[in-house]
Parts: sequence; structure tokens; C-alpha cells
Amino acid sequence: MYPEDLRYSSEHEWVKVEGNKARIGVTHYAQSELGDVVFVDLPSVGDTLVAGQAFAVIESVKSVSDVYAPVSGTVVAVNDRLSDSPELINQSPYEDGWIVEVELSDPSELDNLMTADEYRASVAGEEADGGED
Amino acid sequence: MTIFERGAPGRRAYRLPVLDVPAKPLDELVPPRARRQGPLLLPELSELEVIRHYTDLSHRNWAVDVGFYPLGSCTMKYNPRINEAVAALPGFSRIHPYQPEETVQGALELMYRLQQYLAEITGMHAITLAPAAGAHGEFLGLLLVQAYHRHRGEEKSRRQIIVPDSAHGTNPASAALAGYEVVVVPSNKEGGVDVEELRRLVGPATAGLMLTNPNTLGLFEKEITEIASIVHGAGGLLYYDGANMNAILGVCRPGDMGFDIVHLNLHKTFSTPHGGGGPGAGAIGVTERLIPFLPGPRVEYDATSGKYRLQPAGPLSVGRIKEFYGHFGVMVRAYTYIRMLGPTGLRQVAEAAVLNANYLQARLRASGLYVFPYSRRCMHEFVCSARRQREESGLRATDLAKRLIDYGYHPPTVAFPLVVEEALMCEPTETEAKETLDGFAEALIAVAREAKENPDVIREAPHTTPVSRLDEVRANRNPVLNWRMRQAVVQKEKGREEERG
Repeated sequence: MYPEDLRYSSEHEWVKVEGNKARIGVTHYAQSELGDVVFVDLPSVGDTLVAGQAFAVIESVKSVSDVYAPVSGTVVAVNDRLSDSPELINQSPYEDGWIVEVELSDPSELDNLMTADEYRASVAGEEADGGED
Repeated sequence: MTIFERGAPGRRAYRLPVLDVPAKPLDELVPPRARRQGPLLLPELSELEVIRHYTDLSHRNWAVDVGFYPLGSCTMKYNPRINEAVAALPGFSRIHPYQPEETVQGALELMYRLQQYLAEITGMHAITLAPAAGAHGEFLGLLLVQAYHRHRGEEKSRRQIIVPDSAHGTNPASAALAGYEVVVVPSNKEGGVDVEELRRLVGPATAGLMLTNPNTLGLFEKEITEIASIVHGAGGLLYYDGANMNAILGVCRPGDMGFDIVHLNLHKTFSTPHGGGGPGAGAIGVTERLIPFLPGPRVEYDATSGKYRLQPAGPLSVGRIKEFYGHFGVMVRAYTYIRMLGPTGLRQVAEAAVLNANYLQARLRASGLYVFPYSRRCMHEFVCSARRQREESGLRATDLAKRLIDYGYHPPTVAFPLVVEEALMCEPTETEAKETLDGFAEALIAVAREAKENPDVIREAPHTTPVSRLDEVRANRNPVLNWRMRQAVVQKEKGREEERG
């Protein structure tokens, strides 16, 4: 559910690093909490992402949610398939449902992100939060 | 079936009387180029068919007049019938907004008094009744925040509005619409605003904080005076979202808690029709220093002449926000509600609303079937979680809500607030009897048992409605919101041809 080769943010985005570039999407946990995705508002190639700030919007049957940039950079590719098939985010959050690819402006930001193990533990904590009956 | 598909060509419910003045050629009245080419495509039915069609539709509707409606944060309380009787009085219902002021003194006096009552109830100095509904009032509240900072030369630097993570979705939406950057302050373990985090977030960029008290978890913000002093200390203003005012009516006042701008939903707290029965009304109250920024006109009393008059907006006003003077018919109903209950009665509203919610919460808690994320006593509503049903049977809060429809109840609010997973948010309101609350608690308990024993019956619910589960994805991605007239035309023409033989 949480591939080992990715880095994760507390806002439920994943990052896949390849050289100076990073692909970004939302996690399995995020898509399952959102429910069926019906629309994705995407940035454009050339846009600047700032870590911690919203860069896309995902609309599901349940809610409208911002997607926050886990790292800063310049958008070099956008997953246009999401315009016609937003359900890819539900069906394949780590492969076909990727959102953007950026050229990293500050690779040291990657150190702030979680490993798969850390993210799994944080999601388990979220699920168990406030457990008093 | 829509009304366009019913009836038959030539069928009529009403016929115009015979012309009793000399007829004029149509060309003299409307030139041919401005006239419709074909006949106007109206439904053709008898009066009885029309009545049956709409009565049938009204029977499919759910309303508080039909049954229990515990939709959290919506305060679906009973609307007393005397409100309607008073609003129907000809002096209120048969006047026109263009009438001279001296001929509508009674209506203006009612508006003036309502402004005074709402100011006293909220602890504010002045009220505007102009906003058309809750979100409109919210937007006005933010325009007032902006106008205040502009007047102080700080509009450019104060660009952030802080909202809690449990806020109503309209709060960040209104702030964004007003051009603000939204900053989210998290909740603490007790379900209140994390005060230390708030202290860290405020600063010279803070324009204001939007807060609901009690919050959407149905919990009172016990540290509200501390929260107010932190925001004021940073130069920001406090906006009160009045959606949950029912919990504190006549008990405590947002003005005394430190709020600068107070929003009220007359269609929630003050028993005017709600939702499709609207329109709503989102009165806004302010403290003294914000009065110059209010929109106009507001009703004032001139002691010298003994007359009420409409006072236009002043030079610092944010301007007019609504045609005429707001939703007057709604004001009459809210005024009637306040006068019927009086100060003691209004306080009893809050007390009974809080008692009902706590009773329901206690019954459900005792069942041990639902998870309660906060151990505190609640205010007028509470939030529990269907987390266990999700873990055990893969059912979501939405599934349980759909099943409740089969038991004859409107579901509680689901999937909100976002800080509680699989949230079910129940607000019974003060007008429900103990038997109703017991019946609803038993239904929720029965549904939780079914979730264990027969989850499929829940997964496929509702079973008793005209349509069952809707295809929500398709409805979102490909909404068809209007009747395709063309089909009706084709059918009707076909009918006419057949008639001619």
C-alpha cells in the first residue's frame, strides 16, 4: 500500500525522485479517504511549486481538497489523463494516477519527508487517534 | 415523470374569459419580427392533473413537518405556525419596497426592533439585516474585516484569515472568495482550538480569525477569551460563525467572549424556513468601531419626528450588498419567534437543545456500538464515528446514513467535521420529544447491529425510497439539470398529427 521507494508527506502526498526530478501524487490512504474522485484541477507546465503550499485541487463525491506541494520546484510535466479520467487517482494512485513532475529547486527538502515505514506508522496513528469510547 | 410528459395536446386547466374590449390586430401590438415563430411549449394538463403531480412530488419530500431531521450543524428545528400567520398579515405581506417610508412605518418598526433584539442577544452594537443567507453574511463579515484594515492602512499587509481545521467549509471558502489566504489552526486532543499553535500562527499578516462556538464537534471553546486576546493582540478581528448559536441562546453572548463581528442564521436559530423552504437570512452584528463600515440601508428611529427611516450607508461603508432591504418576510418570522418566547423562552431553547443532544449522546454511548472521539459532555450537537463498522464490515458512515432512511429518519450529517474519521454528526434540536429521541437512538443501534450481522442490507440501502443509491460519480461528472425540451416537442407534435388523423 505504501511503496518503499517513495517519500511521503504528512498531508498524504508521495514523491518519487529520479535524479533532479520528482514525480508527485497522493497516497492510497488519501484516495481512500477522499472517495470517488470526479475532478482534478491541475497546474500548468512552468508553474512554480512551493513546499507546503497548495498546487492542485481534487474534487471527490465527498469533498474538495487541496493538494500540497511536498517539495519546491518547477513543473516539467502534468498528467493530462486526469482531466478525462480522474478516477485514475483511485485506481492507481502511485502509477497512472500521478499528478505532476517537477524539477527540484531545493533537493534538501526531501529530508523533511517520511519513509514508507514512518508514513505507515503516522497513518496508523491517525486512524487510532482519539480512541476513547 | 416530469410535468412536460403528462397531459395531452389541447388539455387546459384555465381558459381566458371572452374578450370584452375591442380587439386590436396583433401586428399593431407586437411587430412580427419580435414574435415567437412556433407555439409556446407549455405543459397541457387539467387542473386535477396539476394538483396530483405536485402533491405526489411533495409526498416524496422529507421535511421537519414529516419527521425527525437531526442534520448536524443545520438546526432543522420546527418552524412554529404562528410565524406564518403573522407573516401573512396584509400589513406585512401586501406592501412594496418602493412605498414611501411614511406608509410602511409598521414594517420599519419591526425591522428596527429586530435589529435591537439581535444586538442584545449577540452582545453587538449594531445589526444589518441585509444578507440574503448564511454564506452571504459570512462574505459581508469578511468585507467588514477588509474595510476595517483598509481604513487603518493595513489592508495590504493583513492578508491571512485563520480558521480551525474543524470549521464549516463555508468559512475558508468565504475567506478565499474575499481574496484572503486561509491559514488552518489545528484542533487539540480535547477538540478545541490548539491555543499554542494559534499563538504561533498570528502576526502582522493576520486579518482575523473565523470561529464557531460551540464548534462543529458540538464542544464549547473553553479558552475563547484567551483566543480572543491572542487575535486582538496581533491586530486581527474575531468573526463569529453563528451556525451553532442555538446552543448558547440567552445563556452567553459572542460579544462578551470578545467577538467583533457576529453572524446569525435566522433560518436556523430563529425558526424561519430552511433549505428549499427559504429564503434564508444571515444577519450580521458588529461592535461599535465597525459600524461605519456596515452596508446600507439600515432602519433608524428619529426621536424628534417619532418616525422610523431607512438610513443610507455612510462614506466608509462597504456598499450595498442586496437589493432593497433583505428578506423582509423572513424578518417577520424571526421577530415573531423572539416575541413569542421572550428572554426566558429563548434561554429554554438553548437548554433543551443541549439537554436533547446530551441525552441522545448518552444513550448511544451506553450502547457501546459507536466510537466517541471526545469524552466531554456536548452542547447542542455531538459527533460520533462509524470507525468500528468500517473496520469490521467495510461500511462507511454514508452507508449507515442511507440505511437510517429505511427506518424513517433523515440521516445525520456524515463525513464532517473532517477531523473525525467516518463522522456522524447529530443535532436533535430543542423541539423533539423524548420518544422521538429514543426512537432515533434505537434505529442507530439497530443499524449498528445489522452492520455486524447483515452488512449487505446496509450496503444496498435505502430500500424504501423511490430511487435507491444514486450514481454519485456520474451525477458529478455529467449532471443533467434541465428537462430536454426537444423530446417534449417531438412527442407533442406527434400527438397533434395523430389527432388530425
